[in-house]
Amino acid sequence: MSSAMNSEWGKWEVVIGLEIHAQLATRSKIFSGASTAYGAEPNTQTSVVDIALPGVLPVLNKEAVHMAVKFGMAIDAEVADRSVFARKNYFYPDLPKGYQISQFDLPIVGLGSIDIELENGDKKTIGVTRAHLEEDAGKSLHEDYAGMTGIDLNRAGTPLLEIVSEPDMRSAKEAVAYMKKIHTLVQYIGICDGNMQEGSFRCDANVSVRPAGQEEYGTRAELKNINSFRFVERAINIEVERQIDLIEDGGEVVQETRLYDSVKNETRSMRSKEEANDYRYFPDPDLLPVMITEEYRQQVRAELPELPEQKQQRYIDELSLSAYDAGVITASLALSSYFDTVAEKTGDAKLSANWITGELSARLNREEIEIDKAPVDAEAFAQLLSRISDNTISGKIAKDVLDAMWEGEGSADDVIESKGLKQITDTGAIEAFVDEVIANNPSQFEELKGGKDKMMGFFVGQVMKMSKGKANPAQVNELIRSKMK
Amino acid sequence: MSIDVDEVKKIARLACLNIDETDMPSYATNLSNILDLVAQMNAVDTTGVTPMSHPFDAVQRLREDEVTDFDRREDFQAIAPMTEDGLYLVPKVLD
Repeated sequence: MSSAMNSEWGKWEVVIGLEIHAQLATRSKIFSGASTAYGAEPNTQTSVVDIALPGVLPVLNKEAVHMAVKFGMAIDAEVADRSVFARKNYFYPDLPKGYQISQFDLPIVGLGSIDIELENGDKKTIGVTRAHLEEDAGKSLHEDYAGMTGIDLNRAGTPLLEIVSEPDMRSAKEAVAYMKKIHTLVQYIGICDGNMQEGSFRCDANVSVRPAGQEEYGTRAELKNINSFRFVERAINIEVERQIDLIEDGGEVVQETRLYDSVKNETRSMRSKEEANDYRYFPDPDLLPVMITEEYRQQVRAELPELPEQKQQRYIDELSLSAYDAGVITASLALSSYFDTVAEKTGDAKLSANWITGELSARLNREEIEIDKAPVDAEAFAQLLSRISDNTISGKIAKDVLDAMWEGEGSADDVIESKGLKQITDTGAIEAFVDEVIANNPSQFEELKGGKDKMMGFFVGQVMKMSKGKANPAQVNELIRSKMK
Repeated sequence: MSIDVDEVKKIARLACLNIDETDMPSYATNLSNILDLVAQMNAVDTTGVTPMSHPFDAVQRLREDEVTDFDRREDFQAIAPMTEDGLYLVPKVLD
């Protein structure tokens, strides 16, 4: 297990390629006018096209094409002048046509690349082989129907962009870094909501191992439908371990599709898909080639929003954030929007960044929630920080206030008021505390006066304790120094 | 180019076609003939000709991204053999 943790596989080298399915955030489906909204009653968002009634024809959604081109532009890929839809043939009840409309030899987005940051801070470029448009299938529900399978076709026809990487990743951690990078990017450019719980963003991983130094790739297994970053890492590592054990015991890896079971933390073979994998693709005669002009490409490029890396650089250059803070904040569009609001309202980017990457992130991690589910919104958070800036409360008290806000006890001002946490700035009151502490600790005070500066911390601490944290630390400091004269 | 009976069986299985064992040889012959025809065409020199990826010399028309189809579940399910809780029921397919 320890080998899995540090991705050290001895003489073995791991090779990983990812296929990411990003659900495009269109209002309607890729080939019909039915809604793509999540969570509707079964089969209430299907049209004659989605349920494949005879004689119907697909009509391509303009916005789906637009979003695919946007992605191509964002990763500096070749966006094809001409791309063609193809039929991928297989039988399954949640695919009523008997084929999925996808793209095969002429995808809309060709070779591009994206940079990931490794743990040691180095950059690595990962190739994106292609990205193509396709339709999603429906959903099969295998339980509860007395030996029958229930089919919900609401999802059938939802537009997907399948993003296929080169086999450029050499560890599970790199694969996760790449997946996160794509996840962030598709949200920044507004083509996917990135919601992994709802299946809007999922991935298959092609994993193989080979002796280090060997040029030829080993036989790969495909891990299906992994829907969280944590599971990608675990699924890959457990699969690598399985393949190495297998080979070292004299066995051979079989090319197959495997399913990751997150409960048992193992991968297991799905039905042997050798035959099912023969999809007999051919151009779909119902759809004409999609033509993209240079003018359109340039127009889409011009309308691209600020990308994560550009934003990170801007935070460093203009707001003087550290590269680390800027990286953490821009890694999520929602988090950077939150930061933008807080920084603007407080007028103090540095303080905002410290609190967001520190206290706020710690609370989010502890509860395993994303920023959009945080019980304290950006405006409320900004008010809290403003109360530090204007000396109403100290940073230490602010943490307690944040805890109370987190528990729903109201705004920062409400909490400060109701709990009587307002900082004591009345010099007379603080001086009384200082005098008392000095009176109680005469020998320590002599040491302090004698030049033992470390004692300063002790005295400030004692006064803060006596004031229940409400004295202004700077003022306390100043008063103690004045007593030393 | 020729296709044998085993290949006919495989193709039939992929296409979910139930072909009678006795018909297999004639399928094999017919399919082989088609492939022979393709081989003949393949022999033509096509240097300088752009491969055709679609038979129509036209461009895809695009639809605005608007929801124009609304719930017609009741109509659709009226012709389905079995439904329950709004779902279409089919013989169990899990393996």
